[in-house]
Amino acid sequence: MSQALTNATAAPAASRRERSLDDQRRRAAFWFLAPMLLMLFCVAAWPLLRSIYFSFTDTTLTDLYGGKWVGFDNYLSYRQLSSGKVIWRGTLVDPTWWNAVWNTVRFALISVSLETVFGLIVALVLNAQFVGRGFVRAAILIPWAIPTIVSAKMWGWMLNDQFGIINDMLLKLGLISEKIAWTANLDTAMAAVILVDVWKTTPFMALLCLAGLQMIPRDIYEAAKVDGIHPVKVFFRVTLPLVRPALMVAVIFRILDALRMFDLVYVLTPNSSATKTMSILSRENLIEFNKFAYGSAQSTLLFAIIAIFVAAYIWLGKVDLSGEKNQ
Amino acid sequence: MTVFWKSGLVLPIVATTIAAGGFVAPAAAVEVTYASGVVGAATERFKEIVKSWEEATGNTVTFVPMPASTSDQFAQYRLWLAAGNPDIDLYQTDVIWAPQLAEQFVDMSDVASDIVDASFPAIIESQTVDGRLVALPLYTDAPALYYRKDLLEKYGAAVPKTWEELTETAKLIQDGERADGKGDFWGFVWQGNAYEGLTCDALEWVKSFGGGQIVETDGTISINNPQAVAALELATGWVGTISPPGVLAYQEEESRGVWQTGNAAFMRNWPYAYALGNADESPIKGEFDVTPLPSGGDNDSSAATLGGWNVAVSKYSQHKDAAISLALYLAGPDAQKERAIKDAQLPTIVALYDDPDIAAAQPIVPRWKEVFMNAVPRPSAPTKGDYNEVSSKFWSAVHETLSGNGSAADNLELLEIDLDDLKGSGW
Repeated sequence: MSQALTNATAAPAASRRERSLDDQRRRAAFWFLAPMLLMLFCVAAWPLLRSIYFSFTDTTLTDLYGGKWVGFDNYLSYRQLSSGKVIWRGTLVDPTWWNAVWNTVRFALISVSLETVFGLIVALVLNAQFVGRGFVRAAILIPWAIPTIVSAKMWGWMLNDQFGIINDMLLKLGLISEKIAWTANLDTAMAAVILVDVWKTTPFMALLCLAGLQMIPRDIYEAAKVDGIHPVKVFFRVTLPLVRPALMVAVIFRILDALRMFDLVYVLTPNSSATKTMSILSRENLIEFNKFAYGSAQSTLLFAIIAIFVAAYIWLGKVDLSGEKNQ
Repeated sequence: MTVFWKSGLVLPIVATTIAAGGFVAPAAAVEVTYASGVVGAATERFKEIVKSWEEATGNTVTFVPMPASTSDQFAQYRLWLAAGNPDIDLYQTDVIWAPQLAEQFVDMSDVASDIVDASFPAIIESQTVDGRLVALPLYTDAPALYYRKDLLEKYGAAVPKTWEELTETAKLIQDGERADGKGDFWGFVWQGNAYEGLTCDALEWVKSFGGGQIVETDGTISINNPQAVAALELATGWVGTISPPGVLAYQEEESRGVWQTGNAAFMRNWPYAYALGNADESPIKGEFDVTPLPSGGDNDSSAATLGGWNVAVSKYSQHKDAAISLALYLAGPDAQKERAIKDAQLPTIVALYDDPDIAAAQPIVPRWKEVFMNAVPRPSAPTKGDYNEVSSKFWSAVHETLSGNGSAADNLELLEIDLDDLKGSGW
């Protein structure tokens, strides 16, 4: 009885102590995080808010602080002509913007799909035991380690129509009958950009997939082997479901990266309407065209589009980014 | 120091020092910074040229090398100037930038009157915005038609005077050379990439056909006319016939690459390609010559887009007096002569074209005066801050036409509508 009483009285005290301990930990965590939060606010949140603000003004680069509030004019506005005809203006009715959106989305979907497939294949190969595996793993990372500007320039020369080695090899193999201007031709420009991006980023995907593959316990494979299951079936029933969480996270990273695609296109095909991405277009307006506010509006839309994409992907794929389910 | 400036005391000193070819050292030696794009040996050459200014004034110059691409330079300068960056005192500026950056540069019309009087009026005009002289010309640039003397002789053809003649001659030589086993030989190379260079090339075609200069000096949009359509239709016919299909991705260096390996009969390019083509290791050394670009249609005058570089002093400079003194020296006759002799850079001071030393060292320079007489400015002055967008819309329309995306007539009509929208109630 007395035991029960003490327990009853002790319980609130203990939970109070726990709560205050929890509070303490929370406070400590906050102070540990504070410098990083401050830093993130300065380098990420503030510039983001600033450019969202600029997108509602008529700021130009010549006069950064003299912009006046114009509401949604940079996004969408209309004027009625004396004839009664209504003319729409702004990014949302700008065909070059929608062309850039389409280019970016097309680029992101195709390149990320190819990289995922190739990355997984490479990872499966590297996951096998063979002599010199460490060396091959390091070597395969080289394209990823080369700065994009350098690899874009390099590929630019390789794809050159007159001196390029790609045309030379294809001609000698008899696959093409005349030299192709890969980066100049509107039909092949996007293919050239995707080719270079896949070459460059497949190693990154392979690395993330490999990490996922190595988490899979070996005994599952042994069990499958004992049961005499066909390797293809093992791949689809065992490997793929188990590697899926890692793969989904890798795909998110790549989609984020691909949607804000800038450097490769800027070097390889800077002004081709077939490859102009949202980032390229917004930079062009921000800096070259003296339409700082208009460019800010496009940057804001780019931010919104990326946010929507990632939210939709997480929701559809039920990606567990916080890692709570595994606990 | 600003008070000193405004009182005008220093002006006669600067003027006399220019005439005397020497400089009076200011009270304290300062360090000025000079930002410029770098092509070839530009850094070393700049140091050689400023040496005498440094010795005369006791100041030092720090050279800030920038990328070779002019649009990259422009983007960086615009950001620096927007932020009021005091670290750069002088900027080397392209001929088309003055109207766009004018507000951030110092007016030099009072201090540079000697240079103004001695220079080509058109160039001074291009650097004057609302009566303020915002940059001083260093050297000018105008493209010419490069042709292979040996091949014209081999096929008994004359130097083409019209674009139509050029088309025929190029085809003749190309067919002949290919029959001789040179499968990579092309008739004519130029700059067809979608960039500022295509605006230059296409402006020459249009202007030399009598089709105006996109936007006229009074601001009217003139590009949609039959001559311009005819010019673009002729050029579209070159792609894949006398010019490689890849010409649509070529800038200056790619076309020079085809030309200088001996794989082209004609090339449109700037003067820099002359010295390089005559270098000792060049396969076409001594085999080529230059002539003014052809004319087209019924028009009989040719056109060459005006290029060239200038020096401007930043409004945010903390050493304005030293910076202006350096600008005056770099734009002055001595420095221009040195650049002409060493690099064949075309002077902007008229008298230097008759200078015997330059004629002896670089015979090409006096000959370029002829090309320069038909120089046409890009419409940067009338379109002001919108120039880059006008140019981009123009080169896009031309590039689409050349790539076979729509006819010349349709694309120019669309371009006219776009430019009209951009212009609104006025440039």
